[in-house]
Amino acid sequence: MAKVSMTVNGKSVSGEVEGRTLLSTFLREGLGMTGTHVGCDTSQCGACVVHIDGKAVKSCTTFAQDVAGAEVRTIEGMANADGSLSTIQQAFQDHHGLQCGFCTPGMVMSAAALLADNPKPTEAEVRHHLEGNICRCTGYHNIVKAVLAASGQDVGQIAAE
Amino acid sequence: MYNFEFVKPSSIAEAVKALAEEGAQPLSGGQTLIPTLKQRLNQPDMLVSLTGIAEMKGVKAEGGALVIGGATPHAVVAAEAAAQYPALAALAGNIGDPAVRNRGTIGGSLANNDPSACYPSAALASGATIVTDRREIAADDYFQGMFATALEEGEIITAVRLPIPQKAAYVKFNQPASRFALTGVFVAKYADGVRVAITGASNDGVFRWTEAEEALSANFAPEALEGLSLSGDNMISDLHGTGAYRAHLCKVLTKRAVAAA
Repeated sequence: MAKVSMTVNGKSVSGEVEGRTLLSTFLREGLGMTGTHVGCDTSQCGACVVHIDGKAVKSCTTFAQDVAGAEVRTIEGMANADGSLSTIQQAFQDHHGLQCGFCTPGMVMSAAALLADNPKPTEAEVRHHLEGNICRCTGYHNIVKAVLAASGQDVGQIAAE
Repeated sequence: MYNFEFVKPSSIAEAVKALAEEGAQPLSGGQTLIPTLKQRLNQPDMLVSLTGIAEMKGVKAEGGALVIGGATPHAVVAAEAAAQYPALAALAGNIGDPAVRNRGTIGGSLANNDPSACYPSAALASGATIVTDRREIAADDYFQGMFATALEEGEIITAVRLPIPQKAAYVKFNQPASRFALTGVFVAKYADGVRVAITGASNDGVFRWTEAEEALSANFAPEALEGLSLSGDNMISDLHGTGAYRAHLCKVLTKRAVAAA
């Protein structure tokens, strides 16, 4: 076991981990932050996406000790300071960008990384960016719509499907 | 996954020293190695992370070539190679998905030499030099078959030097589930000739299509490939496509790459 320290959602945290402890395991089981979901555990589905030093990564395919000292941001750090939903989260609610909600933490984190780099993406860019996030409920249409809406673009002309 | 000791050195010298230990293995971005460990297909005693070594990161131009640190993630190559070597940047920007591109590295991809990975085709078509902690290896000598390379035990890729071509393009026929290349072709035109490297096709891993190189060196146009064909006999056959299908794709994608270059 080794001690690992990092900053998660602005707060310094530390814990004892093994060499094989994944970042997703450390967040969920070490820190009790179960907002980060583990879907496939093979880095296909993207439910476990978090930000490490501002970059979206799959926390199920990253060792906790490899990101010691990093700034980690998870879905628990996405809401506004007063507890209200952030723009992206609110857009997912407004546009029905989720059904069962399992993939949503990863979708929101991936969308946030996209909008940080590219504040006004096209629909094609949103779809390309979300290739590593799999949703088995929505068919993606409303997720894409929510991301476009969160970027401040008019989605009134996009038909609901 | 079996447990192991984890170390994260901050210099190449420390990494080489750690890798001299019995049962030690290098870990770069881990986007292939970690899933492999989860399946218990690999059982290292120690993983030596290469992601904390500053001297192994970054993209710089040097005498008509791009020198890319072995631990440089795909997303950084996609952004920083775009001005000087756009075909390489485009290749890097279409590997896997955005989260994979933020972790996976060029050195890791070349060391693994997956027969369907994108980077081996770029390195081979560019006539790249693989720089390790102890020597330099020409790409033509480096790739030695499926998942096989010239690397010795404990040897790490510290950088890759890719001569910048006059024209180049990579065309990937995407395997949408894995986002690897079902088949991919990298064409690069240099003053002294054209090089064509194909991934995702041969049972021997990435290879050069020399007949196409000769035809394209004489006439760099898609029509130059008329009359040429590859045999599907030693090509990968799986549920995604037969060897004959991949052989056909090789030619189609080479033509498209020439047209796009």
